Amino acid sequence: MRTLKFLLRKEFKQIFRNKALLPMIFIAPIIQLLILPLAADYEVKGINISIVDHDHSTYSQQLVSKITASGYFQLADYGNSSQGAFKQIEKDKSDLILEIPQGFEKNLVRENQEKLFVAVNAINGVKAGLGGGYLSQIISAYNNDIRMEWMQQPKFNPMPQIEVTSSNWFNPHLDYRFFMVPGILVVLVTMIGAYMCALNIVKEKETGTIEQINVTPIKKYQFVLGKLIPFWIIGIFIFSVGLFIIARWVYSIVPVGSLLLLYAYMSLYLVALLGLGLLISTFSNTQQQAMSITFFFIIIFMLMSGLFTSIDSMPHWAYIIARCNPVTYFIEVVRMIVLKGSGLMDIKNHFLIMTGFALLLNGFAIMNYKKTS
Amino acid sequence: MKQFLSFVKKEFYHVFRDSKTLLMLFGIPIVLIVLFGFAVTNEIKNAKIVVCDYAKDPASQEIINKLSVNETFLLEKALLSPSQIDKAFKKENIKLAIIFPANFYKDLVHLNKAQVQIIADGSDPNAASTLTQYATAIIMDYQKQLMQNSNMPYSIAPEVRMLYNPELKGAINFVPGIMALVLQLICVLMTAVSIVKEKETGTMEVLLVSPFNPFLVIVSKAIPYLVLSLVNLTVILILSVTLLDMPINGSVLLLFGASTLLIICALSLGLLISNVTQSQQSAMLMALMGMMLPTMLFTGFMFPLENMPKALQIFSNIVPSKWYYIIVKSVMIKGLGFSAIWKETLILFGTTCFFLIVSLKKFKIRLV
Amino acid sequence: MTSEVVIKTDKLTKRFGDFIATNEVTFEVYAGEIFGFLGANGAGKTTAMKMLCGLSTPSSGNATIAGFDVYKQTEQIKNHIGYMSQKFSLYEDLTVIENIQFFGGIYGLSDKQLKEKSNELIETLGLKSEAKKLVASLPLGWKQKLAFSVAVIHEPKIVFLDEPTGGVDPVTRRQFWDLIYQAADRGITIFVTTHYMDEAEYCNRISIMVDGVIEALDTPANLKQQYSATSMDEVFYELARGAKRKSD
Repeated sequence: MRTLKFLLRKEFKQIFRNKALLPMIFIAPIIQLLILPLAADYEVKGINISIVDHDHSTYSQQLVSKITASGYFQLADYGNSSQGAFKQIEKDKSDLILEIPQGFEKNLVRENQEKLFVAVNAINGVKAGLGGGYLSQIISAYNNDIRMEWMQQPKFNPMPQIEVTSSNWFNPHLDYRFFMVPGILVVLVTMIGAYMCALNIVKEKETGTIEQINVTPIKKYQFVLGKLIPFWIIGIFIFSVGLFIIARWVYSIVPVGSLLLLYAYMSLYLVALLGLGLLISTFSNTQQQAMSITFFFIIIFMLMSGLFTSIDSMPHWAYIIARCNPVTYFIEVVRMIVLKGSGLMDIKNHFLIMTGFALLLNGFAIMNYKKTS
Repeated sequence: MKQFLSFVKKEFYHVFRDSKTLLMLFGIPIVLIVLFGFAVTNEIKNAKIVVCDYAKDPASQEIINKLSVNETFLLEKALLSPSQIDKAFKKENIKLAIIFPANFYKDLVHLNKAQVQIIADGSDPNAASTLTQYATAIIMDYQKQLMQNSNMPYSIAPEVRMLYNPELKGAINFVPGIMALVLQLICVLMTAVSIVKEKETGTMEVLLVSPFNPFLVIVSKAIPYLVLSLVNLTVILILSVTLLDMPINGSVLLLFGASTLLIICALSLGLLISNVTQSQQSAMLMALMGMMLPTMLFTGFMFPLENMPKALQIFSNIVPSKWYYIIVKSVMIKGLGFSAIWKETLILFGTTCFFLIVSLKKFKIRLV
Repeated sequence: MTSEVVIKTDKLTKRFGDFIATNEVTFEVYAGEIFGFLGANGAGKTTAMKMLCGLSTPSSGNATIAGFDVYKQTEQIKNHIGYMSQKFSLYEDLTVIENIQFFGGIYGLSDKQLKEKSNELIETLGLKSEAKKLVASLPLGWKQKLAFSVAVIHEPKIVFLDEPTGGVDPVTRRQFWDLIYQAADRGITIFVTTHYMDEAEYCNRISIMVDGVIEALDTPANLKQQYSATSMDEVFYELARGAKRKSD
């Protein structure tokens, strides 16, 4: 126990003496937490539309005003030339084109049918889908209006209407920040924890001080604990600052569920994560190697964690990989506790799985770290 | 020139002898392509939802059928009370609940009005709004079907054409983004670390004292990463074309030219970082903590830049990969020529010069 | 020097694939001795020393250090030895005092002992004005002396020194050996490797390793007589010039 005390004292002194490191560990995450959630927003707003009107009739004008009034679209261009409209798409000034053919109003009334031409920049499939969807909705609503105008209105509305009422629980305004901030916080803490731990130990390998340690009676578990505990504490500290200061004051996110539960899970998560850092360090001889390997894992973990995109949408093999990713579980738990107030029973499985990770990673790492080669 | 080449050779040895790092350097782009090409997607699929069908009539059955056939939904039928739905949300068992009241069809036919209730788990706003919209669209489809049966006149039929990406493949959006991400991150990281390592171990002083122009020494460090990145780029392109059916509609030469420009830009940024840091650890942390998330977000391929607050949009202008992403989309997917991208190219070029000049200045100060 | 055997090896061997770094090395070291472990670069000294410290497992052969078996009791060995590696391995980003306290604490010194010892060490080494400075700021000679003092802070039975005076000026070298003598007087066995042949003269006995094998083991005086040499330099040259292994 005394040995551990000495180890910890040394570690903390080294960390806080490292003037270049401190801003990275403490300031960079805070800045990123302030900026990134503002950027990460999937909501599709302000779609640019170019309208080519060959008809210039009452109906075409009405349709145009309905489109601009909808709030989904910004009119980028209104003109006569389809070529011009296409150039707009090429230059990324416009996202879709609506072309109203000549004789639109006349043909609709006389022939009972008329076409409209829509071209969508589909490079961003989701944006295209939504943009096309919104436009179809507006056209369809306008179509209904026209029918209303022309058809006799019997006492009863002949057209059956289904009214869909929708509500969103836990986040009624569908504020993206509620979703992103916990996730980004997790990723930041993960990055710091994994890198710091891996690099720290490898540095001792590179400078040779680890040999000096190996020759002393320091036990393996003491050495490992001496490395894990400082970063565990730092990780919890950063998470707390992120949650209680930034999330609360800047984003008005107040955890709905039990803080005790959240911190308990986070502590477990950090143990697992740092075990990974430890494991990576046992496989690396230079800081450059440790960094590359950690980088590799972090990128995969980030993408396959449900942070930005849903893991349910992935093909089965990818879903399995995402389920083997500790970050996935922590992000889920943070969102569940902070936004929905889930309780211990709800996250029972998550606890078990994370314990498994912690034991596996740390066990493997301790086995791999040999004082004698 | 001969001396320069011998420096370059030595640098190549350094890089290629570190097999673990090399594995990562080549492995990361491949993994990213596979993940983004096949796994990561903005679409919502296989979302678990519950349908509470109190009606159990032809209308609700029909709608439920349509829902269950759709890839987006993984349907379960159960009669849940609101508190049970709340519980299910909290357990992350379901994302959406659709409730059909009793007498749904009867009301529709006799009163011409019926209600369906959709409750979404708002903690995931993206899923909530998308699922709600899709479910609503399916219900509306059913409504249209009912109306069709009464043969509606005055129909406007929009014909929709999807440009550049008719199958709405996510890869078309992502692959140029990956190219930008990989080239920028790896180049910055590796150069910064490799130069700082020499500073740390003291071999930098040996080089500075030698009769060779120290700047050439630095350049020789960057060259293996230039070559490596171009190889990475080629691998990414080959994989995208073969595995993901990506088109290359424009000039491949132009594409490589632009890529080389981005690589050089990233290398100069790495050089700049190495000048201001003293240890490998700080160089790595600066390049990674400081650049990974911002690069992912501000290049513009994960989230649309237009959605971001103005201040952030302005900030994104200094991220070189943002301009590169635009260039790649224009050249590779839209098939445009240099005339369309001259502005972005100029900006990239200017950024590179800026990084180089600042690095050179800092370097000279140290020498003096 | 007593007759108590503190290091005993019997055909100690270390192989790396086909390459035999240490080849069936057999010798004994007595308590309180200053034992010089000599050899050219690449002869296998560091490899042998690492096995004796419990840092490396032998491929075959036996050894006991302070009575503990080198295969099964490495942790006990570590409780009774001190070590100073070739590559300086104190923490450069800790101060002199912090390094002393850390290693002292690790070796089980109580707080009171630590206080006494650190004051003592700082006095002896003349580092009073440097005590609170980072070790990185010390010149090499001071670092080496500090590393040695830290290696014996817990008064171990044996201290292993791997080329401790490399790159250090002659005056500092002399001071360093004063420290070694003082430690030996206190009963600590010194096992030192070096390729400075003049330092060989300071040892009670020396062994000379060539190509992984011990070619000579005796007091300096006897060796000089045996090889009709006037200095250890000549003895070494006699033995080592046939060496097949070049330094790496």
